[in-house]
Amino acid sequence: MSSDTEQGGFALCRHPLEREWVTMSDDILEMRNITKEFPGVRVLDGVSFCLKRGEIHALCGENGAGKSTLIKILSGIYPYGSYDGEIVLEGEVQKFRNIKESEHSGISTIYQELTLVKYMTIGENIFLGNEPLKNKFIDWNHVYSETKKALTELGLDLNPMTKVMNLGIGHQQLVEIAKARTKNTRILILDEPTAALTGGESDHLLRILDQLRKNGVTCIYISHKLNEVFKIADTITVLRDGKAVCSEPASQLTESKVISLMVGRELSQRFPKVEHFPGAKVLEVRHMTLEDPELPGKKKVDDVSFSLRQGEILGIAGLMGAGRTELAQSIFGVYAGNRSGEVYLNGEKVNIKNPRDGIEKGIVYLSEDRKRFGLVLGMSIKENIVLPNLEKITKWGIINNSKKNKEPLKYVDNLKIKTPSQEQLVGNLSGGNQQKVVIAKWLMANPKVLILDEPTRGIDVGAKYDIYLLMNQLVEQGISIIMISSELPEILGMCDRILVLNDGKLTGDFINKGIDQEMIMRKATGGLQ
Amino acid sequence: MMLANRWWGRKKTELPAKESSSKWSGIDLRAYTMVLALLVIWAVFVFFTDGKFISARNISMLTRQMAITSILAVGMVLVIVAGHIDLSVGSVAGFTGAVAAVLQVWYHWGTMPTILATLAVGVLIGGWQAFWVAYRGVPSFIVTLSSMLVFRGGILLITKGVTVSPLTPSFKFLGEGYVSPLGSWVLATLASSIFIGFVIQARRSRTKYGLPASSLIFDIMRVGIIVTLTGVFTFTISSYEGLPIPVLLLIIITVVFTFIANNTKFGRHVYAIGGNKEAAVYSGVNLKKVNSIIFILMGALAAVAGILLTARLNAATTNAGNMFELDAIAAAILGGTSTLGGVGTIPGALLGGLIMASIDNGMSLINIDYSIQTIVKGLILVLAVAIDIASKKKN
Repeated sequence: MSSDTEQGGFALCRHPLEREWVTMSDDILEMRNITKEFPGVRVLDGVSFCLKRGEIHALCGENGAGKSTLIKILSGIYPYGSYDGEIVLEGEVQKFRNIKESEHSGISTIYQELTLVKYMTIGENIFLGNEPLKNKFIDWNHVYSETKKALTELGLDLNPMTKVMNLGIGHQQLVEIAKARTKNTRILILDEPTAALTGGESDHLLRILDQLRKNGVTCIYISHKLNEVFKIADTITVLRDGKAVCSEPASQLTESKVISLMVGRELSQRFPKVEHFPGAKVLEVRHMTLEDPELPGKKKVDDVSFSLRQGEILGIAGLMGAGRTELAQSIFGVYAGNRSGEVYLNGEKVNIKNPRDGIEKGIVYLSEDRKRFGLVLGMSIKENIVLPNLEKITKWGIINNSKKNKEPLKYVDNLKIKTPSQEQLVGNLSGGNQQKVVIAKWLMANPKVLILDEPTRGIDVGAKYDIYLLMNQLVEQGISIIMISSELPEILGMCDRILVLNDGKLTGDFINKGIDQEMIMRKATGGLQ
Repeated sequence: MMLANRWWGRKKTELPAKESSSKWSGIDLRAYTMVLALLVIWAVFVFFTDGKFISARNISMLTRQMAITSILAVGMVLVIVAGHIDLSVGSVAGFTGAVAAVLQVWYHWGTMPTILATLAVGVLIGGWQAFWVAYRGVPSFIVTLSSMLVFRGGILLITKGVTVSPLTPSFKFLGEGYVSPLGSWVLATLASSIFIGFVIQARRSRTKYGLPASSLIFDIMRVGIIVTLTGVFTFTISSYEGLPIPVLLLIIITVVFTFIANNTKFGRHVYAIGGNKEAAVYSGVNLKKVNSIIFILMGALAAVAGILLTARLNAATTNAGNMFELDAIAAAILGGTSTLGGVGTIPGALLGGLIMASIDNGMSLINIDYSIQTIVKGLILVLAVAIDIASKKKN
């Protein structure tokens, strides 16, 4: 087992950001040497970041590169003291203890998931928590006249008394921006603002950001969509594995340069790659189209077809929001929105409406969020493993307790789940061991197709390696695996074939021979060929 | 009582089993705190009633009193563990009791047909609630609040607002009868032997699969305490009239439902739903089916409680079962059922039921005004939940 894996991987740093620590008058914000650790993982490693007054500064990076963490520190979600380093705003060191304090200093963040109250009007939303008073009562005239002004500034001709639920998602986003504007925002942070928008709406948003820039607003813009980044950004900072690897004017960069900076990492992780000999087609998905349950008309997955052969590992790569998880959920019967498309198992059309059907047919799905969808944390290891498999140990409606003690034990031993006893509560295990429990419960279900969604997310290197070995073992036994992963080295290191999704569409289908991370990332960002 | 104790040691503890406490694994601190609370309550009442509280006659009455609400509490554990609530059990018990009385008194049905018909009504009512909760997604709080009114009105409707009485002797026996002292001793001996057998078998099975078994001394102590308690209890009630029939029924129901909760697919699914609904669905649990069965079982148990209530009062009255839901919910929560779902044991609810009944009975014995009794019980409910939530936070 390689212990130097990961760490060794990102030692390489082609463009170390070197700056003199002098507060320049045109710098509105500096984040100095920010380091943030979660138990066992260093998500940010000495990141320094400098924001010029009145610029649009794009933050780019793969999933998990540390963009969101950086923003959460800046906006006070991770309070002062939970990280190392300094935040300097207009030359003054800031110690935000919560979101309120950071907002008070003029930093507003607009998240991917909007935070508007649907049943309130635009005006009520904009002044929520900040209601202007006149004689101790809310001054509604002020609310609506100010709202109107803010909307007009953004070029929006909307009635401030419209309920937010009646607005399209694009307009809702603009209402959020208007809300930030009324709070005297000096720095506006947008986290993947166009993820949920259609092409036209995105263009509109970019035009408005351009307008705001002319009005002197400074903006941090986080996006996966490099074409948008290059349309709007003055400066681009690339994060990789928790480090700032480049911070340069956009004019001096190109899309392919940014892509190579985002992934620029040697394949130094050791993967126990072995050659598989795939057999006949086991699973075939034809013309899968999934509608967003929340935004009618928006497609999460758009006409995707692919097949999976027996004894192969098929990787699905793509950026956040590309539709990978939704695609897997639709195969397992847990997708919430409308779906159209067909699934064939061993040449026979199957109609999987819920996980029960999936488990019965031999298709199981390990979710990316194991605590939410994978485990009952307050139950023991044993109980979690047998949960989907109670049928197997039940006779005449009564659970056979000696089987219930015996069967899970095999998996605890085989998967090397580290625990004093299989009666330990799952909530007390480490991430890696929890993940092994989820895998154990699905192995006991005897699957033909095992869908693993980010199987190694947030788990330590040793457990990762165990999981890779296990995947190879299972494939040898004839199980077919689909692995969704945001870690390109992992996809390249483990898979026989790789699909790439971008914005719901299948943009790449590679045999894993002679391809590299850049090729995948290009397909994943929908960028140039 | 006698069987109530045997499962405490097997309750899943909320606290992580720390290495240092491993020799005490199987001991549930919370359950023992409640036993302590019960002893304190008893001591107080014994003091204020000059010992009348623990007289054979009063113990017999106390346990008979507790039987009806505790049967409701047994079902309530499943309901609350799965993340629901049932506010209608009092009204449903009253309604089914009224159905039984009307069938017997006005339509001259025999005892057996009356019981079966009443149980069927309970199951139907459970099915009605299940339909709204499981298939229409209406919150159980609302559905059962509605039923609370509907069946309170139903009682008035079918009894025409009058007290329906008297019932046949064989029906009355269910509420007022006793197992003879000799029979009680036979049952106690039988139950104790079965219990000892179970403990031995469980030890064997655990050792076989390398699971940590509780220490031998602990098990011997446990068996000793429980057999002694069973003996003391049997001795006490035998020196009065014997084991009250409702208590016998309560013990049987407790054993059966504990078995269902621990050893059937349905039972484990209830706990999984309460622990993490989404993970349960992703594991193939059929939410609708499991939730339906929970409410149907609750309806059936409410009917059993209704039958016992009518039999004990020898009449169906319009306010029968009033506020029983409070006793049942409080009993379940005092017994360790978490309002946040996923955690709870049926024997624990029995302990909770005993605490509630003791407070009721003791306050009546020392002539505390009914108004104060009601206030005290209301406060106990909020206190029990507050303790539950505080203990969750600590973890």
